[in-house]
Amino acid sequence: MQAGQLSKYLKGGAIWGFIVFELIFFSVAGEFLSVSDKAFMDADNMLLLFKQSAPIGIIAMGMTIVMINGNIDLSVGAIYAIAAIVLLDSMTWPAFEGLGDMVIPVAWALALLSGVVLGAINGLIVWKTGVDAFIVTLGAMLGYRGLVFMYNGEQPTSHLNWTLVDFAEAQFLGLHTATWFLLAVTLAIWFLMTRTVHGRNAYAIGNNREAAVNAGIRVGPHMMINFMIIGFLAALSAIVFYSESGSVNPNDGELYELWVITAVVLGGTKLTGGAGSIISTFGGVVAIQLLRKGLAHLGADTSTVNLVIGLILIAVLFLDRQLNVKGKEELKV
Amino acid sequence: MSDPTPVLRLEGIVKTFPGVRALDGVSLTILPGEVHALMGENGAGKSTLMKVLGGIHQPDEGQIIVSEEPVVMSGPLDAKAKGIVFIHQELSLADELSVAENIYLGELPRKRFGLVDWAELEAKTNAILEKLKVGFNAKTRVGDLSIANQQMVEIARALTVDAKAVIFDEPTASLTDAEKIVLFEVIADLQAQGVGIAYISHRMEEIFKITDRISVLRDGQYQGTVNTADTNEEGVTQMMIGRKLDLSRNESHHELGNVALEVRDLSCGKLFQNVSFEVRRGEVVGFYGLVGAGRTEIAETLFGLRNPTGGTILLDGEVVSINSPYDAIEKGISLVPEDRKGQGLVLGMNCRDNMTLPQVDDLKAGPFVADGAEIAIFDLYRDKLDIRTPGWKQQVGNLSGGNQQKIVIGKWLSMHPNVLIVDEPTRGIDVGSKAEIHNLLRELAAQGYAVIVISSEMPEVLHVSDRIVAMYSGRITRTFTSEEVTEDNLIQAISGIGGDKVA
Amino acid sequence: MAGLTKSQIGGFLARQGILVAFALFIIGFTIANPRFIDPDNIMGVVRSSAILGVMALGVTFVVISGNLDLSVGSMMSFSTIVVLDLHDKIGPTLAIPTMFAMTLALGAFIGFLVAFLKLNSLIVTLGMLSAIHGLTLTYSGGKNMDIADKEGTWFSVFGQGDIAGISVPILIFLLLALVLGVVLAKTPFGRKVYAVGGNGTAATFSGVRRARVVFMCYIISAFCVATAGLLQASRSLGSQNTVGQGLELEVLAAVILGGASLLGGSGTIFKTVIGVLILGFITNGLLLVGLQFYVQFVVTWVIIILAVWLDIAAKRGKLWSPIA
Repeated sequence: MQAGQLSKYLKGGAIWGFIVFELIFFSVAGEFLSVSDKAFMDADNMLLLFKQSAPIGIIAMGMTIVMINGNIDLSVGAIYAIAAIVLLDSMTWPAFEGLGDMVIPVAWALALLSGVVLGAINGLIVWKTGVDAFIVTLGAMLGYRGLVFMYNGEQPTSHLNWTLVDFAEAQFLGLHTATWFLLAVTLAIWFLMTRTVHGRNAYAIGNNREAAVNAGIRVGPHMMINFMIIGFLAALSAIVFYSESGSVNPNDGELYELWVITAVVLGGTKLTGGAGSIISTFGGVVAIQLLRKGLAHLGADTSTVNLVIGLILIAVLFLDRQLNVKGKEELKV
Repeated sequence: MSDPTPVLRLEGIVKTFPGVRALDGVSLTILPGEVHALMGENGAGKSTLMKVLGGIHQPDEGQIIVSEEPVVMSGPLDAKAKGIVFIHQELSLADELSVAENIYLGELPRKRFGLVDWAELEAKTNAILEKLKVGFNAKTRVGDLSIANQQMVEIARALTVDAKAVIFDEPTASLTDAEKIVLFEVIADLQAQGVGIAYISHRMEEIFKITDRISVLRDGQYQGTVNTADTNEEGVTQMMIGRKLDLSRNESHHELGNVALEVRDLSCGKLFQNVSFEVRRGEVVGFYGLVGAGRTEIAETLFGLRNPTGGTILLDGEVVSINSPYDAIEKGISLVPEDRKGQGLVLGMNCRDNMTLPQVDDLKAGPFVADGAEIAIFDLYRDKLDIRTPGWKQQVGNLSGGNQQKIVIGKWLSMHPNVLIVDEPTRGIDVGSKAEIHNLLRELAAQGYAVIVISSEMPEVLHVSDRIVAMYSGRITRTFTSEEVTEDNLIQAISGIGGDKVA
Repeated sequence: MAGLTKSQIGGFLARQGILVAFALFIIGFTIANPRFIDPDNIMGVVRSSAILGVMALGVTFVVISGNLDLSVGSMMSFSTIVVLDLHDKIGPTLAIPTMFAMTLALGAFIGFLVAFLKLNSLIVTLGMLSAIHGLTLTYSGGKNMDIADKEGTWFSVFGQGDIAGISVPILIFLLLALVLGVVLAKTPFGRKVYAVGGNGTAATFSGVRRARVVFMCYIISAFCVATAGLLQASRSLGSQNTVGQGLELEVLAAVILGGASLLGGSGTIFKTVIGVLILGFITNGLLLVGLQFYVQFVVTWVIIILAVWLDIAAKRGKLWSPIA
């Protein structure tokens, strides 16, 4: 019992310990190795870190609930790109010409709607056909990406709306708009998963699907709602990012699913579903961004970041396994 | 009881599956405030009956009547809403969630906006847990509880609704004696409130302790209902199997060869300790004990699936260490495992490939698998064991339980082992195949195999063994020869009563 | 019931559905544009599918053993970059075996993690996707890699050569498919791959050394990836270091399209080849009828889901899932 408790605390707090370790490491190593004069733990640098975490982080919250529910979504990068195109392009549609800046909420609503619809398509297929979510969203990842290309060929879609840019670049209480979005989403999803019947049922479904079915929980609608939520969040993430940048390439968002899943797994969500915490996912998102920035601070390029993150993901999996070993008596199969 | 209204009545239930008449005109009446045992052998139709009652299967004929009103059950939830609650044998809990959430799974109390009403949930749960006198509360994570306490959570679910009838399916399988007493108190409480209890169990002593009436099923047919006070174990057994229980002991002995396997002081952590025994060629040694006594774990250790924490294993007088099943097979040990579908067979593969899997490396023509040699092996053991299958290409998953088991046995016989271990060889197998497998085991010993049979069925152990090793809680309590064993001293030995004095 | 029952039709579609779909495609596209079944066109399709196909052969082993390999795309980039770099440094004769050795070492590392440490293959290979990508970038210093003397090297034979009028990539693809197909279907090792994927516990209980089998599957996958890298490098004689990016999913799509279950235990090399060709012919057919290459993404999406759906629908005997 004691040993079990210890490993549980270790697992629960591991991500935060890792973040502290990163902070210390990069601060100390930064003194000796850094290519810039600024300290790593600089306040501006940290604020920027949160802002840069936002696109991945917002989607990661959705991925956490989908994975707790026992599914996975590989199509988030493509949904992100589609929502971005809808956002930027709809502002130029003649139908909305007379709206002035009122076109912004309309464009936002359309982008979010497209995210929700694409998520709903995934969810509906998983529900009604019974095909595994991995395959369904793998297909959707290709299919939705195809839609992205079909919209504007291989050309980028661009539209800068300065009101929007100002909004995206604004800072409130020192935090950037994107950071506020990330925090709000984290809070909302945390609330959803810990306080609502839907959230608790999602845990139950991922944990023991048969028991949930026997208890009369309707698995299908729950899964579909979660896919709609992740679609919504992928679109929201696109809004946060493209409001500022104003231009989307058809390849944007590729490999996002990998980054997102990495963050979620680092945060300790079980691949088989049923366990995971939104707050830890937030930790996972921050840890990854910290690693990126930290390595950059030391003068490492993206290649090293990729290498290190991949190996850390595997190391986490290994540690998790070691902490769960039941002892010598275990059946060796 | 002056004819009270039955809480639950089944009338002439018929349920057929392709090729099988699983239930054939079953009727059953459960009165308020009675504990009604439902008994029958494995495959007699008890679980099908429960599924019909729970709305998982719809009956082809017959009616379900709750409080004199005919109903159609659309599913477990519908049954619960109508006051019929099931306590399942297999736990169906979400172990990452709290006790309270599990008890009210699917029916969490809501506030506005779909929020969970935690205060109400906790209050209701703790009120139920109070009744059960358990040592945990509403907020405990189910995964942190012992199996027995998890079972109590399962039972607590029954108390969340105003139940008319509660159906317990083998509820004591994983409970300790102290926990059983609590369970029986809970049942008595329900009884006092006028709830009808259906109680499914194999354990005679429980049946005679707590039930009022007993109904028996055999091969899907209703055999009748008797008052518990008017019958005894023998009578019930006779109803269940249609004849008297055959507790005859094995009489024939073969000439014994040298010691094939000797185990000295073998231990594996908490699973079993200081186990010593030997098996000679030409001998069948039966291991008898309750579930969890450590018998299967010994077999798994001998087969290289667990690392022993102490002791030695000797094969033909030489000390060996066995690190993997591959190792064990090389050294001439074979294991027919307990869980046929999970451990014994690759259900999606055909009969032949399953049978030759352990020796596929040796059946080569050049770099390829020798088709002819494989089919020859399959044909040989198909004939020897009388395996009924359309052909070797048949997927194993499509065969009956008995034929599947014969494939597993054939797989290991074809390896010509020195020591053959069979774990629960006839579980879930029809009576005819059972007898065949018993004869086969005797025959193998006659041919000079050293055979270990692990079983939870006393008739089986008595029937096939030359010697019987009784185990209790990880230790060998006594070893009997087939001459000295009796029903009583065997039961004593596996209950841990006075066993060690005698040996 | 006279004639074919619904379930019999369903069973037939489940078993042969992929071939039926393939036939319908060919007929449809041929009607739309007769050039589709022109031998030159068919050869062209097979040639352009060869690299994807070679990788899919290896992944088939991994998937049948009940695991996944998402790292093949970035591993292929690695092989391509390494062999191009070494070509100029130590010459093609040494470069090729060195590249194979390095790729196999990566495969062995993944195999070790999945087979012996029993780590989840999805996450391990996801991590390796990122890690190998980083490794490749580090190796190349972020630059594209080119062979200096593109005219004067015999190295181009693998990607561009012909033997008896058939292009070498096709020959390599078909030869490898034949060899691996025989290994999977006819050897003890192949049998054990199916057993391990079908029921790993039962395989262990039958004395199959499961870890070794899984390990070997990753080695085979790495070998196929190295071959694909060789074909890619030889065809282009210069490459970006992201050349294989995203291929892991197309490869997986081909394997799934061929009917291998992600749960393991089912699938064949032949069916994977069909899956690869279907993807190839879809791309080609859509181009021939005048659609852009990206339309194939959408079509592939629909086809994958339909294929898997019909497969499991036939197995459960019902079109719609029983999920409440």
